[in-house]
Amino acid sequence: MHPVLKLVAQRIALGLLLLLAVSVVIFAGTEALPGDVASAILGQSATPEALANLREKLGLNEPALYRYFSWLGGVLTGDLGTALTNGQDIAQAIGQRLGNTIFLAACAAVISVPLAILLGLIAARYNGKWPDKLISGITLSTISLPEFVAAYFVIYLLTQVIPIFNPVAMVFPGMGFWEKLHAVALPVIVLVLVVLAHMMRMTRAAILNVMQSAYIETAELKGLSPMQVIWKHAFPNAIAPIVSVVVLNLAYLVVGVVVVEVVFSYNALGQYLVDHVSKRDLPVVQAVGLIFAAVYIALNILADVISIVANPRLRHPR
Amino acid sequence: MTDQLSHLARMAANGRMTRREFNSRAAALGVTSALAASAFATAARAQEPKKGGLMRAGMQGGESTNTLDPALAASEVPFAVNMIWGEMLVDVSASGEIDYRIAEEISSSPDAMEWKFKIRQGVEFHNGKTVTADDVVATLKRHTDEKAQSGALGIVQGITEMSASGDMVTLKLASGNADLPFLMADYHLIIQPGGGVDNPAEGIGAGPYKVVVNEPGVRHGFEKHANYFDSTMGHADQVEILVINDNTARTAALQAGQVHMINRVDPKIIELLKGAPGITIQHVAGRGHYVFIMHVDKAPFDNNDLRMALKLAINRQEMVDKILGGYGSRGNDFPINSAYPLFDDTIPQREYDAAAAAEFYKKSGHDGSPIELRTAPGAFPGAVEAAQLFAASAQVAGIPLTVKLEPDDGYWSDVWNVQPFCASYWGGRPVQDQMYSTAYLSTADWNDTKFKDAKFDEILIAARAELDATKRKAMYTELANILRDTGGLICPMFNDFVEAKRDEVAGWQPDPNGELMNGRALAKCWLNA
Repeated sequence: MHPVLKLVAQRIALGLLLLLAVSVVIFAGTEALPGDVASAILGQSATPEALANLREKLGLNEPALYRYFSWLGGVLTGDLGTALTNGQDIAQAIGQRLGNTIFLAACAAVISVPLAILLGLIAARYNGKWPDKLISGITLSTISLPEFVAAYFVIYLLTQVIPIFNPVAMVFPGMGFWEKLHAVALPVIVLVLVVLAHMMRMTRAAILNVMQSAYIETAELKGLSPMQVIWKHAFPNAIAPIVSVVVLNLAYLVVGVVVVEVVFSYNALGQYLVDHVSKRDLPVVQAVGLIFAAVYIALNILADVISIVANPRLRHPR
Repeated sequence: MTDQLSHLARMAANGRMTRREFNSRAAALGVTSALAASAFATAARAQEPKKGGLMRAGMQGGESTNTLDPALAASEVPFAVNMIWGEMLVDVSASGEIDYRIAEEISSSPDAMEWKFKIRQGVEFHNGKTVTADDVVATLKRHTDEKAQSGALGIVQGITEMSASGDMVTLKLASGNADLPFLMADYHLIIQPGGGVDNPAEGIGAGPYKVVVNEPGVRHGFEKHANYFDSTMGHADQVEILVINDNTARTAALQAGQVHMINRVDPKIIELLKGAPGITIQHVAGRGHYVFIMHVDKAPFDNNDLRMALKLAINRQEMVDKILGGYGSRGNDFPINSAYPLFDDTIPQREYDAAAAAEFYKKSGHDGSPIELRTAPGAFPGAVEAAQLFAASAQVAGIPLTVKLEPDDGYWSDVWNVQPFCASYWGGRPVQDQMYSTAYLSTADWNDTKFKDAKFDEILIAARAELDATKRKAMYTELANILRDTGGLICPMFNDFVEAKRDEVAGWQPDPNGELMNGRALAKCWLNA
């Protein structure tokens, strides 16, 4: 077997084990929280009888271990179950929201990744000069701003001062593609501002690191322009660290944007997860947690594979 | 003077004041009632409902865990959603009278033990079936079933017998209750086909709009129910509720015109929003109140002198000003205010009196150990700040009150009704009896002050069956005084419903029964293009 294929297979197997461990941790964590789904549903209006009835109905009186394994059995046969709180089918509810999560992440990624790399290349080209300082200054200040502050700022600027976008970014099936893009414009802007700096700085640092090498000097001596040197010779050799940072940011765009979702009332997975955590709705928390973990693990495997493929030394081990 | 009159009439037609307020203000101008009526009619004609369009509300208080089962509605969005697709036997009007909906006539036996509801003919459910007396009985029966976990269980529990014959529903009660029609206006008691037994969350009702989209925690979309029986409701073709829990986003959506009305305007930004073009703030005194509750059966709160000391050591005006931004009124340590029928406004208002508090505190003989008040941000909006204000004003009186911050998570299961002293809120009920019976009767499930007083119980139950309003009012005054002077309730403030709408929304009438015109704003208002 080709060593790369073998490595990928190993990583995937490890990833699956990791997912199993994650499901145990989520289950234990939710169990350890104060209160249960029955008391969370009934809230202030809970009477002891109502609590007992609801627990009975939801099967909360079964031992925790039994509940965990019956859930696991369901997942392995492709059945995520129904939400305890409102009886909705989890797979169906997640399906639509996962689509929205990926749509938002994709929009933000399509803009931010090329932009970050381009800005990184420019910053490296003009290392220490004013373009470098300007780019670093702006991106570092946007990453330093908490997401919700950035969000309120763009809401104020682009819905009140210059009213071109809507503050509520909900998207629905039946909306056209451009209509959807218009709806998510503000959260995309915020997410781009948040992830730009990290990727830009890594591109810049990786390129500058490579620029110290002797072969760069050779390229310069044979008369190539600085941008050509960077693009043809430095960038391909700096790709591994850049890719791992890009992938890390992609994972963040999928799993870590709940604050942005809340501020823009965007109907995606993060908000859905938070609502169900506060109601202790374990099947939903498990399912969404598992999806987030799977995305994270898969993207990390992808990063590993790309950096191996991009590096001849790792690709052809002696 | 005519200018003033037409100004008043426009305000009334715009829903800035009630018809009754308008009449009394007009009378103060020295206008004959005939002239006032014609001025009102002119202004109202300019307000002829316009049909059509899509009207949207942006609301706080919805989660993706919500369901359409009316028995389980507990937060603001499910309440408003159910009021759009659902219809009850009766509703309570803005001025506190019975508004007949599916029932068109109600009569009772002299002892208020047996009630007859005549069902309106030709009311249609969204699925085309006609509403019958059997549907009504099946609905009420479902709510009596403990397994339905209905929020109205406490109301229907007292019904011992229900029967339907022809278009008449007969309810027999375990003990007389003169308020029964008001109790039937509870928002959980939406009449469903077959009682909603087969599929309680189906969303099929007899209300002005049909459910088209149900995405809990995101949006709820409706279209007009063509055969709705009441032509004064259902002007827009489509209505929609968007769940926007974030305060800033909700306000921005209103300003940007993405929604036409919002609930729960943050008191901190009312002044700022007032200046915004095209937007008016709507506020109305409701029955909801924010409270600090002491368990009267646990030390040190089993000592009435200590309770009195704490009641005197709270600065109510400061709370109204700082926590409610002035949009509310002072509480008087009983859970009733002027929004209730039979309220006695001669009961003296309790004031902040540090000297008297210090005296009571001394008399209580408390050992000086810290008195812990538990609070959480979710106990009510501003609960943490209110507790801190309370502690500061109590310390002036020498009472060692300290604030303990609890997490929102698990507050209603681990702190409220468990710890002896904590912050909480009540949404209020349509009538006094229901409020007292829910939380202050010895046997009440939600007796969160553990208040048990035999004389109080006796008067409360006697008042329930008393059909003479004067006698009944006197009984409620006595109840209020008992609770005010010996209860475990510290009620510093009643909060207003503070909402905002865009100017193109017309037909708005303040309604103290619930927020957004008791959940009916989308159905009762219309859009002026």
